[in-house]
Amino acid sequence: MLAYIGRRIAAMFVILFGSTFLVYNAAAYSGDPLEGLRSSTDPKAHQQVLALTRLLHLNVPPPARYFIWLKGIGKVFTGHLDLGKTIDGNKVSTYVSQAIPVTIRLILLSFLLAVFLGIGFGIISALRQYSRFDYAMTFFAFLMYSLPIFWVAVLLKEYLAINFNNFLVNGTIAPIWIICASAVSGVFWAAVISGTRKKVITIFAIAAAATVVFLTLLSVTKWFTHPGLGPIMMLVLGLGFAVGITYLSTGIGNKAALRSSVAVVMVGFILYFPVEYFLKRYPSLLTIVLMLVVTIATAITLGYFFAKVDRKPVIRTSVITSIFVGLLFIIDKLMKTWVPYINTDAIHQRPIPTISESNDLLPPGNFWFTSLDTILHLLLPTIALILISMAGYIRYSRGTMLEVLNQDYIRTARAKGLPERTVIMRHAFRNTLIPITTIFVFDFASIMSGAIITENVFGWRGMGTQFNKAVHSQDLNLLMGVLIFTSSLVILGNLVADLLYSALDPRIRVVGKK
Amino acid sequence: MSIFRRNVKSLEEQTDSDIFNKETEGLSQGQIVLKRFFRHRGAMISLIVLFCLVTFVFSTLGFKIFGIGYGGWWKYKITDLPALRTSGCSIELPGCPTLDLLPGKNFGLGDHPFGQDDLGRDYFALVMRGAERSIEVMVVIGLVAGFMGIIVGSIAGFYRGVIDSTLMRIVDFIIVVPVIVLGSVIGYHFGNKGVLFLALFLGLITWGGLSRLVRGDFLTLREREFVDAARVAGASNLRIIFKHILPNAIGVIIVNVTLLMSGAILLEAALSYLGFGVVPPDVSLGLLISEYQDSFTTRPWLFWYPGILIIIIALSVNFIGDGLRDAFDPRQRRRISRKDRAAERLAGAKK
Repeated sequence: MLAYIGRRIAAMFVILFGSTFLVYNAAAYSGDPLEGLRSSTDPKAHQQVLALTRLLHLNVPPPARYFIWLKGIGKVFTGHLDLGKTIDGNKVSTYVSQAIPVTIRLILLSFLLAVFLGIGFGIISALRQYSRFDYAMTFFAFLMYSLPIFWVAVLLKEYLAINFNNFLVNGTIAPIWIICASAVSGVFWAAVISGTRKKVITIFAIAAAATVVFLTLLSVTKWFTHPGLGPIMMLVLGLGFAVGITYLSTGIGNKAALRSSVAVVMVGFILYFPVEYFLKRYPSLLTIVLMLVVTIATAITLGYFFAKVDRKPVIRTSVITSIFVGLLFIIDKLMKTWVPYINTDAIHQRPIPTISESNDLLPPGNFWFTSLDTILHLLLPTIALILISMAGYIRYSRGTMLEVLNQDYIRTARAKGLPERTVIMRHAFRNTLIPITTIFVFDFASIMSGAIITENVFGWRGMGTQFNKAVHSQDLNLLMGVLIFTSSLVILGNLVADLLYSALDPRIRVVGKK
Repeated sequence: MSIFRRNVKSLEEQTDSDIFNKETEGLSQGQIVLKRFFRHRGAMISLIVLFCLVTFVFSTLGFKIFGIGYGGWWKYKITDLPALRTSGCSIELPGCPTLDLLPGKNFGLGDHPFGQDDLGRDYFALVMRGAERSIEVMVVIGLVAGFMGIIVGSIAGFYRGVIDSTLMRIVDFIIVVPVIVLGSVIGYHFGNKGVLFLALFLGLITWGGLSRLVRGDFLTLREREFVDAARVAGASNLRIIFKHILPNAIGVIIVNVTLLMSGAILLEAALSYLGFGVVPPDVSLGLLISEYQDSFTTRPWLFWYPGILIIIIALSVNFIGDGLRDAFDPRQRRRISRKDRAAERLAGAKK
């Protein structure tokens, strides 16, 4: 295994070398950074040309100049990475190191959500093959494939940000929207669950009625201007999660799992006020991590005590439930931050931002303010990126799931009388995940392209902006700084996907040459 | 209530395979593929939509190929500057669109179907020119990338060994660079040389994925008996590649070239949007969106129409690709309706 990883990393360096050499020369030969200065009539221009030539080694031909640049990169092994100087004489590394966290935040979040949602929809679509839901999903997937991301981003800005901010001024929903939303939710749930005609109509009615009641309540209580969950709402949602997760993870029939995940929710409910105090008193990332550890430990303990035999699935269920309950606490806390947050001068009652990755005017030092600010700024770009990259996962996981369902081992599993839930979740679902890892790589490269455009639309100061600047000012070193980051990320993603593949699929052996 | 509804059709499977066998009896592979393709409703609708759209778009402003020209039926050119239309629009927003698809006395295209921009230019003409550019870029990228992908992929897959690993390393070099990065570098410097030139260069950087797939297909096909037979009969390597193996790999190629083409439209639009693609005075749909995105709140039509046109083109190409994939996939079976099954059982019972 180690030998294999070693070989892959060596290959990775070769590929990085090749691709950077290629782009370096393509960029160097096709553009001259001195073009503007040469045609200038300014008497100082000549001296500037000389100075810039010395700074960027422009008198060296590009293929040789590449190796000067490479020497700087090579210093990474001695701990002094040198990405060269930008055209205005600053260090590339300062620009890049500011931009990297911004871009990674965007890509990682939208990548994870797109994978999660895409696989979910794809599998449901496969289980309902040739149903209306399946056709609708296929159509939406193709529609998402065909969307120009910058166009969607502008639409999101208009409708999700500006109009939502306007809506927040009084925070009540017009009856017509409630009716529309309930119709949509009714159709969605009826399609997802499906069944005989009578059942579909019942589900539609229940889902639509529930949505009407829910939205009316939210509207009447002005929830949108004063959001929050509160202990009772948390309990209800938590129990919902407990039942849902148990259903997917072990089946409702497993009483031990159900009991232990409900117990996790109850513990969370009892500890609501202490936890809230704790989050308020010690606001930091460390607190959240610590609480996560404590939560998982509690869940493992509870799972251990509730299950007498076959503990693993029970513990798994309660741990997943506990993570969701923990998430509810964080959401609750963020919602409580909402009212003071939108009333600050920096926000001025318009919370959904359309531009930049953070609000510089926000008073620093308040952990919950900055967290909420970051999340709200992430909202629109992430939705745009999810929309365009989810389609691939929907299509691919649907296709793979259908193929897996035709395999003999599925027939065997059914023939020996396993419940359908077990057949799908334990036999089919896991085998579906294996080939999906292979498209992670392609998708990662395309999400990177998407991020460059999205950052541009939303004015984020990330890699995309640096890249844009680099091409416009023909700043070769800055361009390479961006490229080496994106390419390394893509190649690393490639490696991780291959390793995942071999870890998931025992048929694939990666042991080095004997 | 259950997501996991049991869906076993073992009883129906036998009838279904009977129907399939009967349908494909006595047909050649090509005929089966065509038959399957024509049955794919989404693909057929898309094919018709795309054909109508292409005819409409290219006839609007006219074209000129090898001296044979057609003037176009639309009264405005993209350079015309008619006065802003004020009748029928609100005072703050002159130049609103006149397109009316609802039956009534205003039904039809009207004077400025897509409205006018702030200078008074007819937006319909601009959007049509942009759509022309998109379609041209799509076709050129499809041709160039398809050609490169097929040649590189088949040589690598057929000869294997050193040639294969060298070529595939080169593909790796290109594939790890996000296409928008390489495209921008090229587009920024060659965008002013005309749209076809740009498309040619974009084609030269987008063939990596296709060549990998073709190579994969060649690696398995070259081990088959008919290749041995051809070699024994004295066929040269080139003849084996192009006459024997390539026709067998054509399914993968056609499908992926189609998908590549729909990606190409979005790539060109994105590059033009960023300012690295088509440059003014030429027009492209991406350029129009980027130029007028700020006027979305005041004159939404300037933003809507180019975007919708991009989506229509890309969506129909994608659906055609999907139809082709289904048609070429031997494992793919069409859905058998209850009616078909009943008819088959009836026929079986009569026997």
